[in-house]
Parts: sequence; structure tokens; C-alpha cells
Amino acid sequence: MADVNRGNRPLSPHLQVYRPQLNSITSILNRITGNAMLVSAFLIVWWLIAAASGAAYFDTVDGLITSFLGDVVMSLSVLGLWYHALGGIRHLIWDTGRGLEVETADKMGWAMLIGSVLLTIITLIAV
Amino acid sequence: MQYMTDRKRVEGLGSAHTGTHHFWTMTVTSVALLVLLPFFLAIVGPLLGASHDEVVASLGRPLPALIVAAFLVVGMHHFRLGVTTLIEDYVGGLSRKIWIIAMTIVSYGLAAAGIVALAQIAL
Repeated sequence: MADVNRGNRPLSPHLQVYRPQLNSITSILNRITGNAMLVSAFLIVWWLIAAASGAAYFDTVDGLITSFLGDVVMSLSVLGLWYHALGGIRHLIWDTGRGLEVETADKMGWAMLIGSVLLTIITLIAV
Repeated sequence: MQYMTDRKRVEGLGSAHTGTHHFWTMTVTSVALLVLLPFFLAIVGPLLGASHDEVVASLGRPLPALIVAAFLVVGMHHFRLGVTTLIEDYVGGLSRKIWIIAMTIVSYGLAAAGIVALAQIAL
């Protein structure tokens, strides 16, 4: 049998043995923001459907989305959106073979973290 | 001696047996989303909390409707590919298949629902 030892093989080191690094944290955040935006997409589509079905229902959904809790969720959505967008730009840069040195990658990591907050504040003020 | 190039030997044998298709689609959709993102925020942002009449008037115009529709369709396609990778990383066996099918339905379902809503607003 080829795979007698299946399930009992030495494992490569995983998350728990590494000290958190900027690289790993920014990467995990990129995945979390990307997937969490399903909630934002659901809310926006629900809001569009409400707008299509008439003023009364629209007011209900629009009121929900602009309530305190709605504001918190939408603001976090904008933050996630910008973070994921900047993360995407970093990936596009990496894909060209540039910026892969740890120092440069770390610099771009900080730019993502700080830049997403700044862009979120600008977005919330401007629109 | 083998008359086979390195490329021929590896073609179609990526981890998902589809080469770089997933990767390249993510690249294309991400660039599209980066272009659409500022316009999408500028259109939808001010409409949250606006009156029903304003929303219908704004999204009834062709260009805003097109940008919102494009952002939703490309965004949900991008999401489907991303969430599929997430599922493949953490779930195995039958539940992996069920999750991927379910999230594919959710992704395209949301995009379709958004387009139907936009069409109804415009008409």
C-alpha cells in the first residue's frame, strides 16, 4: 500500500509556532475583509431591491441601513473595501515581481493599514 | 532523450488542473474593481439616507446604473473566486462541495438580484 502512513506524517509548522508578523497579519486581514464584504454586498443589494419596490419599503430598509448600527456596519464596510483595494494593489505590484523584499513589503503593509483608515475618513466626509 | 518541453510537461497540471485561470481572472477583475470603486462610492454613498425620489432619479440614469451594475457583477464574480479559495483552504470532503455550490449561488444570486432591482428602478 502506498499510503500506509496516511494521517500520521510529520506536519509542517503552522500558524501557532510563528510570532505574528506584519506580513501575515496584513494577509489575513485581506482575506477577512474580502470575505466579510458579503455582508456589505447583501445590504446594498437589499437596499437596491427596496428602492425598486417602492417608497414605503425603501424608507424601512434605508432607515435600517442609516441607523446607528447600520452606520457602523457601512463604515466598517468602507474600511474593509479600501483595505482590500490597497491589498489588491499590493498584490498587483507583487505579481510584477517588484516589492517582494521584506522591507518593501512591510512598508506597503503599513501603507495599507494607515492608507485604508485615511481613505475611509475621506470617503465618510466626502460622500 | 525526451522531446518534450518543460512547458508541455506542466501544462494543465497546476494544483487545480486549470493552470493560471483562477489567478488571471482575479487579476483582471481586481483591476476592473479598482477603476470602478471610486465611481461606485461617489454614486451610492450620497444616496444612503436620501429620499426615495432622489435614489430612483439618480439610479434611473444610464451611467450611474451601469457603474453600480458593473461593480456588483464584477465584484460578485471576484467574491465567488475568493470565497471558493477560502472554502478550499478550510473545508474538506462533501461539505467543501456543498459550501462551494452554496456560495456560488449566493454570489451570482446577489449580482442578479441587484441587476433586476436596477432594471426595475430604471423602467
